[in-house]
Parts: sequence; structure tokens; C-alpha cells
Amino acid sequence: MRTFGSVSAVAVGVVVGGVALGLMAWTRPLAVQGGGTVTGKIKFTGAKPAMPRIDMSDEPKCKAKYTTAPPTEETVIVNPNGTLANVFVYVKSGLPATYKAPAPAGAVTLDQDGCRYHPHVFGVMVGQTISIKNSDGILHNIKAKGKANRPFNISQPTLMTSSRAFEKPEVTVPLECNVHGWMHAWAGVLPHPFFSVSGADGSFAIKGLPPGTYTIEAWHEKYGTQTASVTVTGTETKTADLTFAAK
Amino acid sequence: MRRAVRRLGGWTVSIALLAVYPSSRPSAQDTTRGKAVYEKWCAGCHGDTGAGDGPAAAMMLPRPRNFTGAVYKIRSTASGQLPTDADLMRAIDDGLPGSAMPAWKGRLSDAERRDVMAYLKTFSTFFADTSQHIEPLTFGSAPGGGSGAPALKLGRQFYDSIGCRKCHGDQGRGDGPSAPTLKDDAGFPIFAADLHENWRFRGGGTVEDIYHRLRTGLDGTPMPSFSDLIDQKFLTDEELRRLAQYVRSLSPEREPEVRDVIHAPRLAGALPTSPDDSGWAGVERYWFPLAGQMIRKARWFAPAVAGVWVQAVHDDSTIALRLSWDDRSQSPDTAWLPFTQRVLETVANDDSVAPGAGPWPDQIAVQFPRRIPAGAEGMVRPYFLMGAPTDPVYQWRWTSATGGRGAAGLARGIERFDTLPEAPAARAVYDHGEWRVVFTRSLATPDTANELQFETGRPIPVGFFAWDGSSGEHGSRMAVSTWYFLALDQPTPPRVFISPVVAMVLTLGLGWLVVLRAQRRGAGAARG
Repeated sequence: MRTFGSVSAVAVGVVVGGVALGLMAWTRPLAVQGGGTVTGKIKFTGAKPAMPRIDMSDEPKCKAKYTTAPPTEETVIVNPNGTLANVFVYVKSGLPATYKAPAPAGAVTLDQDGCRYHPHVFGVMVGQTISIKNSDGILHNIKAKGKANRPFNISQPTLMTSSRAFEKPEVTVPLECNVHGWMHAWAGVLPHPFFSVSGADGSFAIKGLPPGTYTIEAWHEKYGTQTASVTVTGTETKTADLTFAAK
Repeated sequence: MRRAVRRLGGWTVSIALLAVYPSSRPSAQDTTRGKAVYEKWCAGCHGDTGAGDGPAAAMMLPRPRNFTGAVYKIRSTASGQLPTDADLMRAIDDGLPGSAMPAWKGRLSDAERRDVMAYLKTFSTFFADTSQHIEPLTFGSAPGGGSGAPALKLGRQFYDSIGCRKCHGDQGRGDGPSAPTLKDDAGFPIFAADLHENWRFRGGGTVEDIYHRLRTGLDGTPMPSFSDLIDQKFLTDEELRRLAQYVRSLSPEREPEVRDVIHAPRLAGALPTSPDDSGWAGVERYWFPLAGQMIRKARWFAPAVAGVWVQAVHDDSTIALRLSWDDRSQSPDTAWLPFTQRVLETVANDDSVAPGAGPWPDQIAVQFPRRIPAGAEGMVRPYFLMGAPTDPVYQWRWTSATGGRGAAGLARGIERFDTLPEAPAARAVYDHGEWRVVFTRSLATPDTANELQFETGRPIPVGFFAWDGSSGEHGSRMAVSTWYFLALDQPTPPRVFISPVVAMVLTLGLGWLVVLRAQRRGAGAARG
């Protein structure tokens, strides 16, 4: 009887431990613990193009959200420090063929606010949920125009959130609203978590890379792609700056 | 569990489809036969590789389907899913109304149509990808309560609240504020559907068809799916069906049939001379479809005006003719200029110079022979396409650019229009995507050599031409009709009223005589 009790206690412990380990593995698949980091800046040379203003007169609710400066298109955002924002930087090749990463449980949020997408460029893993949120309360449609992924087109005429996911890697899937022709967003869909988007200071960081030699590609909606090769041996941080030139 | 149920549902559907279409999983033989059918009948528009780029494709708007992406407008599945075999068969069998795609049922055998369906699926890798879900949506049954005024009022509320007017416009003629910016997935300009012409809806014009399109969206176009709204309980299935009923109510009860003769009744009171005179309400409307001008350079393959509604009345001295047609913009309209440019770049141009984007006005023309054909001439009419240099036609014209004044002239072919000094009066109204223009003129005029003299009781040949400036139409780039007839009802001759009275008096008189004689005979016999 006693033996049975201790055996079952051990069994319960093993099961609980296993589940806990499993959960840990499941919730933290993003990167190799303590792997290498690739960081850098996206530089921009040449004349900074002027972005046209967006006329939101037909959508007073959106127009009212711009109290300080009128809204402009976001095709090219050059930061004050001369770097380029909204560049999708990712590991294009170099991962072992056997590398597998499950999609994280958390969702990526794509918000429609002020008749613009936030974020304008984002990364998401294959199978990961994208929460498409309408914060404007007016009609938006969200059309995804993937080639490897099935294109879809859904309507959100009110404050609501829809969930969708992409099933195939694709850099990038264009998203657009046809009610507001200026609304564009871009999703980089990858089977691994090694991606980043350059922000307001033009920098990016890809963390937790296992040792290896990688091709890093930077993608911009107007200026196309630039690549760099980086070798990671341990937990060090490597720098790879990439440069786009005005066209 | 849910997934298991869904999968089970999918299986049931697949089994059902297998039962209907035994070749659901095409064999090599099917696709080989299908290839032969495809190359003979389909490749001219859809292209040898299925990319929608056959030799005829550039002359079409909308362009032929590109099969390589497996993106289809008319489906029973959710937005983003592949169509079912039944969906594809429907498009092949019935065609896509309002486009160049004809119905193939009756032209190709059942086996040929099935084989070609199997073949066109091979143009995309998506159909071979077994991870793709193909699962028709569950469409509930139509709600009770009929489709009377309360149902339509509810439908109209949702038309407004879910933003249909953004593209389709306040009155549904495809003239909403976002309409001039619309593109399809390939970047070609695309029109928001004119909801007043349901016989031209690609997926059919019934309430059920419209409801299905609201649920599935039209993939590859800006028209989204509204299913998420039902899934998240923002709208009920019934409410979306009310919206479908409202949309259906905007079109005539039946597809307008084309009749050859316009009857112009003779009115005793004042003629309606303004476009919105209530007097037009009781006058019969006649529908005349228009086609692109494809005979003379520069040809026009993408006519924007599908047809014109015509009403006519007269009062023995004057004729009034009302033309109404749908047009998405009051041209010239600067908001539409980029759209105009895109249309002109998309549609094939056979002229030596590329046309500019305008700004072009909207125009309408009504054409008559100079004289009513009669006697030895029989029914010989001038050439329907605006006459010929030696045999001109008499035309009335109106353009949105001249502040509404009408013009008359002699057309000697499409290149030459000689304006005459006298013109009919023309009054126009533009109202939410519809032009309504009324021409009035005396039946008789002094210039009997050039101007048609209208006569009652005789068939008068008549034809129509329309230009939508914002679709790039100008000059020879126009929509044309063939010859039809206009018949002005004759005043009722007095004998129509007198003859029955005379007949009655005669009948009564004769009857009375017969009775009288019979009575006399009877009296004589009794006496004898």
C-alpha cells in the first residue's frame, strides 16, 4: 500500500514535471538560450523623398486623430538620424535544415488606427495568430495578397478584432484596405523567429542565433533588398549595417 | 473536437462532391482531354499557361481569370479558400454575366466541361496541396417575413451601417467615394458593381446569390467577406439576408427584355419636359443594351454604359424623349482622372497614338435617318454606325460639358459631325450615378431637307450612343446600339368613336324590324 503510494507520488511528480518542461519548451521556442546576436543599423543615402499627404476628409473620425501634423503616406520613413525605418531584417539562409520552431502562442497585433496600419511592417511566424484590430469603428477591409499564402479579404465595419494566420513562409505578404487606398502594411512570414524590423533609430537586433554562418536580408517595400553575411560562433554580438540608396 | 467535427464535415462534402463529380481527383486522361478542350476554346482569352493573358485578354475589362494563383471570385467557400469543384463547374456552365465569359453548358459536352475543369486546376499548385481546406460555408435558409417594405428598410439600415456605400454609393450605382481608387489583385482598374443591374452580377442576381457573395466575398477584388461579422455576432444571418433582399430590390423584377419598338403615347395635357417631371412615372420604359464600338479605329472594347432606358411621348406638335443611364461619375471629375488613365492603359488601343486621360465629358446621342424610309425605299436605313459620307444620319447630342444644351447635326460616319443651326431643347439631371436627359423638339420643322420630320403612326428608325468620360470614352471610343424603331401613337380618328354607335343602332334597328315582322305575322295567323 505504502509502496503504491510512493510510486504514484513519483508518477505524479514525473507527469507534472514533464508537463511543466513541455510548457516551458512550448512557450519559449523563440530562440536558443544565450545564442548569438546580430545587430546593426539600416542606413540611407541620397535625397529623402517627400511623402504625400493623405486626404482623410471622407473619414472625419480618422482625420480627427491627427491633431499635431497631418497624416502622410509611409512608403519611405527616413529617421532624423538619417536611417531608414520599416525595414524587415531576417535570416534568409544558414539555419540547419533540421531547424524547427513551433509558432508562439502569443499573437501579433495589427491595428487599424487613424486609417493607418500599426505596425506598417511586421514579422510573424508561420501559423502564428495575427489579431487584426479595428480601432477606428468605421469600415475597413483587410485584403492579404499573398502568393505562397492564400489571399483573403475580410470586412470590419465596426470596432472588432479578427484572427488570421499564414501557413507558408513568404517575405512579404502585402496587406491593404480598399476603402482607403493609402493603407498598406507588409507581413514577413517565416518558419523561424530570427527577424526584426528597423525602428525610429534605424536599428535592428536578431537574438538567440545558434552558431553558424547566415545570410541576413533586409527588405524594404520601395527599395527592395540588401544582404549581408554574418558568422556567429557563440553568445557574442555581431554588427551588420546595411545601406539603401534613394531611387 | 471542433476540428474533428470540421474535418468530418469536410469529408461529407468531399464524398458528396465525389458523388456529383466522379472526376474530382482528375486522372491523367481527364487532364489530357481537358488540355485539348482548353486549347481550343479557352486559351484565346485565358492564355496557354492559364495566366489570363491570351491574345484577346487585353481587349477585356474585367480581364480573363488568371488560373495560376487559384483565386476565384465566385465560390461557396470562405475568403482565402480554394473553390469547390461545383463552384468551378458553375462558372464554366453558366458563365459570368456582365463579363466576356460565356456559358459553356450546351456548347461543350458534360465530359468536356468536366475535363477542362480538371485541367485548369493543374495551372496552380494550390489544388495539389493537400493541406488546403476546401469547405463550403454553411448557408442557413431564407428567413420568413417576406421581402416587403419592413424587410427592405432593415436591409437599407445595414447597407448604411456596414459601409456598402463607400464603394457602391448611396443609391448603389457603384459611385461611392472609394470607387475611383479600386484595383483588382493584378492592379487593373475595377468597377464597384452597379447594384441596379443584377442581371450583370458575376455570381448571379438572386437574393440567395447576393447573400452568398456577402458571405464569401469576391476574392481577387476589393469586395470583402462579411462572415466574420456573423461569427462574432455583430450581425445575424437574417440581417445579412435582409441586406441581400435590399440589394436585390434595386434592380428590376426581371432582366429587361429588348423590344424593337418604342411606343410614344399621345398625351392630352402638357408634355413632361424636365427630367424629373412626375409625368414620366406613368410612361413605359424601354431598355436598349449598348456594345463597344469595334468596327472603326480607334476601337473600344470596354464600354462602361451597359444600356439606356428610353421613354417617349408627344402631343401632336412636340416630341419629348427621356434617356436614363447609369454612369458612376459626373464627368469631367478630377477625382476620377487617375482611374481614367488606368482604364486607358489597361484596355487595348489600336490607334497610332495613345489616348490621354481627358478630362472627357459624359455624352449621349440619339440618331434618326433624315427622312422616314417609305415607299420604294422599303426599310432601307443609313449605316447604323453614324451613317456614311454620302448618306448621313440626323443626330441629337448632349454632353455634360456644355452646361446642358443640346445639339443637332448630320453625322457622316463617326469621324464627321456637321452641326445644324437648330437644336432640340435638352435638360439633364445627374443624380447618384444616373443621368436623366430629356430632349424636346417640334414634330415638324422648316428644315425638311436635313431634320427628320416626325409623323405619327409610322415606324421611325432610332439608335443610341453613350460615352462615359471618366472611363476614358471619347470620339470613337463609345458604346453603340443597333437600329430600333420609335412609333408615335396616332390621334384616335373620330370614326373609332362613331362606328360602334352606328353598328349598335343598325343592330338594334334590324332586330326591332325582325321582331316587328314576327309579331305582325303572329297577329295575322291568329286572325286567320
